[in-house]
Amino acid sequence: MSTEHLPSTERLPSTALDARLRVDRAAFTLDLALTAAPGEVIALLGPNGAGKSTALRALAGLLPLTGGHLRLDGRLLEDPAERVHTPAEERPVGVVFQDYLLFPHLSALDNIAFGPRCQGRSKRAARAEAADWLERMGLADHASVRPGRLSGGQAQRVALARALAVRPRLLLLDEPLAALDARTRLDVRARLRRHLAEFEAVAVLVTHDPLDAMVLADRLVVIEHGQEVQSGSPAEVARRPRTDYIARLVGLNLYQGRSEGTRVTLPDGTVVATTEEVDGPAFVAFPPSAVTLHRERPQSSARNLWKAEVIGLDLHADRVRADLAGDLPMAADLTPAAVAELELAPGVTVWASVKATQTHAYPA
Amino acid sequence: MNDRTTAGSGKSDAAGPTGPAGPADPAGPAQALPRRRRRRSRTHRVPVTLLLPALLGLAFLILPLVGLLVRAPWSGLSEQLTSTAVWEALRLSLISATAATAVSLVLGVPLAWLLARTELPGRRVIRALVTLPLVLPPVVGGVALLLVLGRRGIVGSWLDSAFGITLPFTTTGVVIAEAFVAMPFLVISVEGALRAADPRYEEAAATLGASRLTAFRRVTLPLIAPGIAAGAVLAWARALGEFGATITFAGNFPGRTQTMPLAVYLAMESDPQAAIALSLVLLVVSVAVLAGLRDRWLSTP
Repeated sequence: MSTEHLPSTERLPSTALDARLRVDRAAFTLDLALTAAPGEVIALLGPNGAGKSTALRALAGLLPLTGGHLRLDGRLLEDPAERVHTPAEERPVGVVFQDYLLFPHLSALDNIAFGPRCQGRSKRAARAEAADWLERMGLADHASVRPGRLSGGQAQRVALARALAVRPRLLLLDEPLAALDARTRLDVRARLRRHLAEFEAVAVLVTHDPLDAMVLADRLVVIEHGQEVQSGSPAEVARRPRTDYIARLVGLNLYQGRSEGTRVTLPDGTVVATTEEVDGPAFVAFPPSAVTLHRERPQSSARNLWKAEVIGLDLHADRVRADLAGDLPMAADLTPAAVAELELAPGVTVWASVKATQTHAYPA
Repeated sequence: MNDRTTAGSGKSDAAGPTGPAGPADPAGPAQALPRRRRRRSRTHRVPVTLLLPALLGLAFLILPLVGLLVRAPWSGLSEQLTSTAVWEALRLSLISATAATAVSLVLGVPLAWLLARTELPGRRVIRALVTLPLVLPPVVGGVALLLVLGRRGIVGSWLDSAFGITLPFTTTGVVIAEAFVAMPFLVISVEGALRAADPRYEEAAATLGASRLTAFRRVTLPLIAPGIAAGAVLAWARALGEFGATITFAGNFPGRTQTMPLAVYLAMESDPQAAIALSLVLLVVSVAVLAGLRDRWLSTP
């Protein structure tokens, strides 16, 4: 196991978080390298059961590592080989739990004061500090309210303040927006983004929502089956997905094959023409909106033309998403008017064309 | 509060235009519910083969209490209850039951925590041993206590020679006998409360820098307070009624070890009227405990 593991992206100026998390369980192994510079916000993105929460619990010290190491600001917190394990209460780590876990018997103020109290501050000093936090969160008038009487968005802010009040060097957020309804979510997400931008240490957030990840994080680490499958800036990951999971999340049709020049040949022989020259194993992606459907074989110059069968139609906002099966299974976006005009219905055979300029090829 | 109400109304506003299904929905189940309930009560007529033994059982449990009330020497009651012997026994009972409950709390709550929250090896065996006094005849418990804490007992002889402490046939002995019998009630109750409490609150406390002890004291204890209170009341009631272990281990000395149940038993031999009066006092205490339990703790989820 190499300890000089570096992230695939460029070398970071200074490393605040340097971890290789290995957790072996009966039916599951997490093996994830994570590094971050101070002030960086990292999102662990992945489907359910990918190991995101396991990674978070391991970082927090709630789950012992079976291998690897964890270093924060140069200080070794955990290394099973060296028999080093710093318990959760001694780590400079703050956690915002998915359902917040605010202590139901304490007021909002005392929930936030809990951490400073544990760090040895006097009751008065801890409460004064907590009052500052409430003020900063815009909840000054909710100091004496019990968690049960807070709205979802307010509880989230109290949970964030409680985690920040211990002045952590690593802030962990487990699905911080998952418990909120769609309306509050927008507002809370914007607030959270501001607070994370102000936060000077490393923040790691776990989410299965690509939008949360893209809005909140500087860097995404996508994990599947306990391992990193891709990492990079949100724009990079969104533009060049490397797995079906991310392609679906960011709404792209993604295929893997071999490229020669501007022709990508898929394993079954289907060819996708592109305008970007790549040689060797390659991905090719195009958005559903790049697909044009025709009932008759068009006499157009499009080099990418495939016969397909409509297997499903779904209305998304003002667009209709058509699922197509055929040589090249894909999703296509149309206007409801186009659907009516083409008389599309499941089972109908169509021709799908995609302009080469609308595709995007990159090395696998 | 404000956020919540605005979010709530906003949501229903948004749901409005989706169609008439929205507003009609809440009315649906509200109408369906009473209809279903009515049907159930009509079809579920209680069969006589169940009703008869049930009523007999009820009578069996209630009649003795009624008998106690009917035969109570109401006219001479005030006289009976103001005798010093009664008050001595009652005072001793209340003090020793309370002390036994305190001992059970101090020792039993940590024990329950150990059983509920740690991966103690042989935890099942330990739990079985803890619950043993629940099913053990109290007299056997008294004998066992004598063998261990008696003057010539395993621990008792050492206590006697080293510190000059004698436990059997003292008020302390009463407390020990009662605690032995009552503590399992508390441990079982508190362990149940601990198992029902979300252990992730303790994890949250740990991430905030709380040691396990601090987390237990400041988070877990307040969360399971109702369970502890219920357990303490059960233990106290059990201690108050303790007879077998007490008479075996602590004897029957008026003013020192003669608690209410012992006084009742003794009075039955010499003065049945006094025994009934004493029993009435214990009955009142029991009913009071039951009322307190139901209102405050048993009804809360």
